[in-house]
Amino acid sequence: MDILKFLTAGSVDDGKSTLIGRLLYDSESILQDQLEALQASNRKNDDGTIDLAILTDGLKAEREQGITIDVAYKYFQTEKRKFIIADTPGHIQYTRNMVTGASNADLAIILVDARKGVIEQTIRHSYLVSLLALQHVVVAVNKMDMVDYSEEVFNNIVKAYQAMAAKLNLNEVTYIPVSALKGDNIVHESLNMLWYKGKSLLDHLETVPVAIDDSTDHARMPVQWIIRPQTDELHDYRGYAGRVVSGSFKVNDRVTVLPSCFSSTISKVEFFDKEPEEALAGMSVTLHLQDEIDISRGDILVNANHLPIVSQLIEADLCWMDTKPMDTSLTYLIQHNSKTTRCKISDVLHKVNINTLEKVPADSFNLNDIGRIVIKTAEPLAFDLYQDNKANGGAILIDSRTNLTVGALMFRANAD
Amino acid sequence: MSRNKLNYLDDLEAEAIYILREVAGQFEKPALLFSGGKDSITLVRLAEKAFRPGKFPFPLVHIDTGHNFGETITYRDEMIERIGEKLIVGYVQDDIDAGRVIEQKGKNASRNALQTVTLLNTIEKYKFDACIGGARRDEEKARAKERIFSVRDEFGQWDPKRQRPELWNLYNGKIHKGENVRVFPISNWTELDVWNYIRRENIPLPSIYFAHQRDVITRNGQLMAANPALNMDKDDVIERRNVRFRTVGDMTCTAAVASDAFEIDDIIDEISASKISERGARMDDKVSEAAMEDRKKGGYF
Repeated sequence: MDILKFLTAGSVDDGKSTLIGRLLYDSESILQDQLEALQASNRKNDDGTIDLAILTDGLKAEREQGITIDVAYKYFQTEKRKFIIADTPGHIQYTRNMVTGASNADLAIILVDARKGVIEQTIRHSYLVSLLALQHVVVAVNKMDMVDYSEEVFNNIVKAYQAMAAKLNLNEVTYIPVSALKGDNIVHESLNMLWYKGKSLLDHLETVPVAIDDSTDHARMPVQWIIRPQTDELHDYRGYAGRVVSGSFKVNDRVTVLPSCFSSTISKVEFFDKEPEEALAGMSVTLHLQDEIDISRGDILVNANHLPIVSQLIEADLCWMDTKPMDTSLTYLIQHNSKTTRCKISDVLHKVNINTLEKVPADSFNLNDIGRIVIKTAEPLAFDLYQDNKANGGAILIDSRTNLTVGALMFRANAD
Repeated sequence: MSRNKLNYLDDLEAEAIYILREVAGQFEKPALLFSGGKDSITLVRLAEKAFRPGKFPFPLVHIDTGHNFGETITYRDEMIERIGEKLIVGYVQDDIDAGRVIEQKGKNASRNALQTVTLLNTIEKYKFDACIGGARRDEEKARAKERIFSVRDEFGQWDPKRQRPELWNLYNGKIHKGENVRVFPISNWTELDVWNYIRRENIPLPSIYFAHQRDVITRNGQLMAANPALNMDKDDVIERRNVRFRTVGDMTCTAAVASDAFEIDDIIDEISASKISERGARMDDKVSEAAMEDRKKGGYF
């Protein structure tokens, strides 16, 4: 059994919270006391049934305003998989929240209202999913009950979406007609849409393959911590602790330490009381090298034959996440895996109108703006392009005055 | 080439170890908040996996209300002996004696709220800049939105509107002087995940997690251990029953559940079939629908 992390994109009006609530409710993932709290909360649908949306509305302010303003994580499990849902808001003013949720998701469910079809918001959500390079997309055409469960309506929406998806290079797209309110095709297959031959949403989520990139070419382990007990019996012990973010490492593999560029050979892979043959992507391990090299937190161990880019001038897509606008005269901090260094925004190339996907000229970024910039870093970063290896191609910007995370960066090219 | 993702427990474990190592790498004076409950016991095992054969780069900190179950304290002391790490204890009684807090009165009196003051004093005294805790997002709605690195101001307050976005696996631990960060490495675990992990790793637990005979009274529909810390009166009828505890908190606010789960396999079966969530057995959350959010804003774990 593995974990599928997915994101739901859509606005309150699309019935997103109802869809998640339905998924939890029909898969019997709601516990008795939560159900009681639900019933006691006095929120009902027009027909008197329980409003399932309340299950995902976390904070008081949100309950008062009736909208989702942050990322809420929900958990459920079936016999086939453990699921982690990032429930993110759909309105344009919460673009940063959706970017946050998408950064950790394997799959996105994009909700489309069957009555409205592909609208501006659908384009925006799909753009973000393609920007963050999620493996899979599900287009859930919701409120099918409101269009008499019409196959024609569904097919037209699929066609319209396909045309847009092609422009965004979205490949793995699955289309499912649903009614979250009535429960059609969420957990149980719908009897109202016998023309639909595909899987229900849950069935799809349970079976869609999620893979790790374990190619040795992409072997990358940022060093987080050096284990040096310095006791009498472990006097020479020196282990490099970190999580393999992509690829895999084996004993006797040649590795290079970046940015210093020294090479050595892996002498041991260690994990607590075990010495596994291989450290796979996703595993937190301790690596040992044959040679004594000066390595510290912030360095990265990589396959010696397939080095990432090492540069101080990087072209990147940026999503601005702070209420204070970007200031190109400021020095920011950039955090890329275990490395943090100072940086400046040396060039603003363009912004993207995320509703129409047009590139527009820009000289600064405001909250939720997305576009292309060039950054210059104080120390070199060892990175991959986000589209090739997202585990080593993303970074955050921190405002050193407020310490807030103000930007998400996806590296797109070496600008040196 | 590609393979299936890691098994879910290996995946959760690797993520938690990664987070613990980020704490070690990013902070000057971290601490691990140890309650004696299964979640913080799990954290200790994860810390062993993150840092052995080295020492933990942080002490364990226990806020002792004086109303702990005896079994918890015994377990704590034996565990510290076994792992050979440093333990710091903050006593709620010290804050009561010094007049910094006033003990609640009446039938539902509990020291649960008072421990926030002792926790904040302990953080200030030792100048901890990061406190690792065992909270999970599946426990409660407000927690579902809390970050893995959750910044608190010098009054320990959590501001849900000013949370930092957390992208990929990049945790921003930058803080101003006086602020500190609460770190939750097992945010993505559910109660069942924790139990399955404890079983797989064969981690010993305090005996009160398993079914045993105990004198209990029924209050607000819940079974409470009859004990000196609970203000009882003549209306309270003491019965002897087979019970166990699903969470380990104070004797005044942690309810037992009727149970015949004597072994960990029984517990996992019981939870899998259960229709009451874990925090449903905590009276402190029942006060209002927004109870947890209010307490977190005030500096609670």
